[in-house]
Amino acid sequence: MKKTKQNGKVTNIFLSGVGGQGTILASNILAEVFLKAGYEVKKAEVHGMAQRGGDVTTHFRFGKKVYSPIIKYGDVDFLLSFELLESIRYINWVKPEGKIVINNQEIFPPAVNLGMAQYPKDVGKAFTKYFKNNVHMINGQEIAKNLGNMQAANVVLVGAFSNFFPEIKDEQWIDALKTLLAPKLHDLNVKAFYEGKKAL
Amino acid sequence: MKKELMQGNAAVARGAWEAGVKIAAAYPGTPSSEILQDIASTYPEIYPEWAPNEKVAVEVASGAALTGARSMAIMKHVGLNVAADPFMTVAYTGVKGGFMIVVADDPNVHSSQNEQDSRNWARFAKVPMLEPSDAQECKDFAKLAFDISEKFDTPVLLRTETRVAHSDSPVALGERKESTMPMGLDPKEAPKYVMVPVNVRVRRKFVEERMRKLEAYAEKFKYNVMEINDTKIGVISSGVSYLYAKEAFPEWSYLKLGMVWPLPKKMIATFFKKVKKVIIVEELDPFLETEIKAMGYKIFHGKDVIPNMYELSPEIVERSLKGKAYKPPKIRVKPEDLPRRPPNLCAGCSHRPLFYALKKLGAFVFGDIGCYTLATAPPLQALHACICMGASVGMAHGAMKALGSEGLGKVVAVIGDSTFLHGGVTPLMNVVYNKGNSTTIILDNRITGMTGHQEHAGTGFTIRQEPTNMVDYEEIGKALGVKSIRKIDPYDIKSCMEIIKEEMGKNEPSLIICKDSPCMLLRRAKPLEKFKTPFYVIDTDKCRGCRMCLEINCPAISWRAGDGETKDGHKRKGTVYINRDQCVGCEVCVQVCKFEAIVPGQK
Ligand SMILES: Cc1ncc(C[n+]2csc(CCOP(=O)(O)OP(=O)(O)O)c2C)c(N)n1
Ligand code: SF4
Ligand code: SF4
Repeated sequence: MKKTKQNGKVTNIFLSGVGGQGTILASNILAEVFLKAGYEVKKAEVHGMAQRGGDVTTHFRFGKKVYSPIIKYGDVDFLLSFELLESIRYINWVKPEGKIVINNQEIFPPAVNLGMAQYPKDVGKAFTKYFKNNVHMINGQEIAKNLGNMQAANVVLVGAFSNFFPEIKDEQWIDALKTLLAPKLHDLNVKAFYEGKKAL
Repeated sequence: MKKELMQGNAAVARGAWEAGVKIAAAYPGTPSSEILQDIASTYPEIYPEWAPNEKVAVEVASGAALTGARSMAIMKHVGLNVAADPFMTVAYTGVKGGFMIVVADDPNVHSSQNEQDSRNWARFAKVPMLEPSDAQECKDFAKLAFDISEKFDTPVLLRTETRVAHSDSPVALGERKESTMPMGLDPKEAPKYVMVPVNVRVRRKFVEERMRKLEAYAEKFKYNVMEINDTKIGVISSGVSYLYAKEAFPEWSYLKLGMVWPLPKKMIATFFKKVKKVIIVEELDPFLETEIKAMGYKIFHGKDVIPNMYELSPEIVERSLKGKAYKPPKIRVKPEDLPRRPPNLCAGCSHRPLFYALKKLGAFVFGDIGCYTLATAPPLQALHACICMGASVGMAHGAMKALGSEGLGKVVAVIGDSTFLHGGVTPLMNVVYNKGNSTTIILDNRITGMTGHQEHAGTGFTIRQEPTNMVDYEEIGKALGVKSIRKIDPYDIKSCMEIIKEEMGKNEPSLIICKDSPCMLLRRAKPLEKFKTPFYVIDTDKCRGCRMCLEINCPAISWRAGDGETKDGHKRKGTVYINRDQCVGCEVCVQVCKFEAIVPGQK
């Protein structure tokens, strides 16, 4: 027989995007950073058919003691979204005081491609209405393109996001990047990280 | 001890490795596929193989276990239906080397054809089942499964599910310990392994005795744990449901079951004494609830409030148990109002033109399971039945028998290469043997696409990428007695339509094999090489906005509304647009356009 440990403060990060956008790498970077920083980390993602352009979400949680791998609906502290439609889809999940980082990119789902549905307009405005200054739009694609590789947009977003955790040093993020990426990608992604950091 | 963040599946692989497993066989299936892939890439001490289906995987692993080697078979929930025959009887023979079957459930059907609860198999087969709730337990339980298997002479089921298999959490790593079980086969043991009636009756009794011993073991099993906090309410739970309940109600008391079959009756009795009211929190079937009620207990809540379908979550557990007292978060935007983002066939996928051809022919398509099942979605809507792997071939045959000559020219079975080898060969033999006249199309894209690119007997490579024999579908067809065998290039829509029409109309069995149509994501087959043009664009002088090309649902093509006209003065409501970053130049839309408005793009 044992006594239950106290749950303590758990930070809930919700990542959302479209298959192929590199959300998985982003969540792996977070995992590497917070695990090394001494927290218990849990993350859950639905793979299934992500490769075929479906939506991808990752529940990411860290704290002293974490039980569920899934965040409770309405309990998201940070929404890190890689695509506009996939950000607004989860707006109800965020706590009133939650913080939001959105990549300013539209990827049309089939119904919009077919002209049968509207792509939501003014996603940024919809968020600011409820979350005021806690909404940050990042032009991840543009920044990555200027660095010479669109693929690095996910790391730009991670860089922007890193601003919320002043207790984590830049080196810790860079170390995580380097652990997870092939050496030939290090330079580009380190730059992407810093550009992202500046962008927020 | 070293701790690493691991996915549940990777932790199962690790546990098997630490337990000294020698042989692992599997057929891919979400959410279980990563286990064998991880074994193959990380642990050279384990021999891994992709079996053609789950039944074979269980047989291979059982044979290995009989020699004394620790072995395992891995599958998704429905895979155990396929493997049920050997599984239900290996439960009688028992094993020598430890034998674990991993079965991965998929509550909420993220990627499956049904939502069955595999715990029922444990009760049905009278074998123990362990259910981990996170990656650490995946590793620990996988290791323990082999000890239990050897100690009680039984196969052991390890049940995971999507949120355990695909969640990452920290795992303390251990070392591999080789099994000390002597290896070898002994003919004198035949009575234990030959399941003829005289022997079965002996083993039947053994199974019951084993069950009693396992019940006693469950009482001491160290992962059946009582946590006594507030004694007003006690929750009995297991797996990830336990974590959800803890998240929502950390103050309550818990009986957390690591072994979900057989149940620790005495422990349950003690728990009922220690707490005032008992709630059972479990996903899917009222499995624990039925058993615990049958023991004579009254529970406070169970499936009266907790849903018996789809998956649970911290929110659902909280909402169900709090009832009216639950305060939902504020609704800022109605998610129902947003366009969904369902998966789609890749740009350039060879399934797209083939199903477009079938649609134009107006055929009733008995489909099967794979990426091509996506052809059922609008706007293609060209697949009209799909129940389980391999079913298309037998179903089309049955439909043709029922329809008689009425059905000629109207019915076809469509099946992927991996699926054909899994369960399509036997029903095709049946079509010929029973003088059927149905048509079967094999979509040979040289890989198991949907589950993430696993090799199979038709790809020419083993899981470890060693070159091996490659099944020849034409030779199989011939050997089964099919006389009319045709090969088609799915990218040539017109000729596909002609050939399929001809074969569907024949009063004899036909087999059509798609050739030269590798999956777009299969790099080694260089799928883009056959396309002459890197990408296509719309000639807006000619596009009449007829929307014909949107019918194929290529992710690269989208509609741009806006009144206008073509160069030669045809009014239009908009044009289409091709995203050159997504287009691979497969020319499928080009064949669909009646106005020659889709033209090669210039870099
Ligand atoms: C009994 C069973 N085992 C495994 C699966 C998982 N599964 C779904 S489709 C599929 C294979 C698809 O491959 P293939 O037939 O080659 O078609 P493709 O996806 O490549 O088009 C598998 C393994 C299943 N649904 N049912
Ligand atoms: S993964 Fe392969 S089979 Fe599946 S949709 Fe893409 S190209 Fe087609
Ligand atoms: S050629 Fe047409 S159908 Fe093929 S990928 Fe390009 S836009 Fe899609």
